[in-house]
Amino acid sequence: MEDTIKLIGAIMILMGSFSLLVAAIGLLRMPDVYNRVQTGTKASTLGAIMAFIGVGLFKYESWGDGNWLGRVIILIIFILLTNPVSSHVLMRAAYFMKVPLSKITKTDKLKEDIDNNVIKEPSNE
Amino acid sequence: MISPEMIVYIAVGMFSLAILIAMIRFIKGPSVVDRVVAFDSLTITSLILISVIAALSNRMIYFDVAIVYGLLSFVGVIVVAKYIQKGL
Repeated sequence: MEDTIKLIGAIMILMGSFSLLVAAIGLLRMPDVYNRVQTGTKASTLGAIMAFIGVGLFKYESWGDGNWLGRVIILIIFILLTNPVSSHVLMRAAYFMKVPLSKITKTDKLKEDIDNNVIKEPSNE
Repeated sequence: MISPEMIVYIAVGMFSLAILIAMIRFIKGPSVVDRVVAFDSLTITSLILISVIAALSNRMIYFDVAIVYGLLSFVGVIVVAKYIQKGL
């Protein structure tokens, strides 16, 4: 029984590592910054959550001593909260810094909103 | 019979490969933002690597290192974003 739970945890760590590998390959292959942060954040958040659940199941026999599971849950909640926020702030800064979009971009909703005066561009003083 | 530890060692190899591939983007990246994105991805990968190594070697103190490292990297990315937007 314990061995089965350990095996499930190890397989979840392997799935998380596969997802992070896909994220890294996407970081290398995508054409511009905005696509890169999209693959880099989504896939790595999923991979991080799967790998942390896997670590929690892998240490099944030592849940009693030293609150191992509580720390895993804290780390999962923390990554789930901070990772989208940091990538969003970074991409907003990149857009207003005028990092060029790739040539095959079709729609740009933020530019339409700035043109219609819904959102103001922050002043660069 | 494959033991769970062997699967975890294979996963550690795949984490290292992901770190190497993200490192190529970190060196090549045309703009500053590319490098920050690659650095963020590197941080998350190494966070998981630290916690997996903590599980393998039965040391819970490494896990606290991972928690503090995650906190500091979040603050670092926010500060860099505010700086390149000239808001700092």
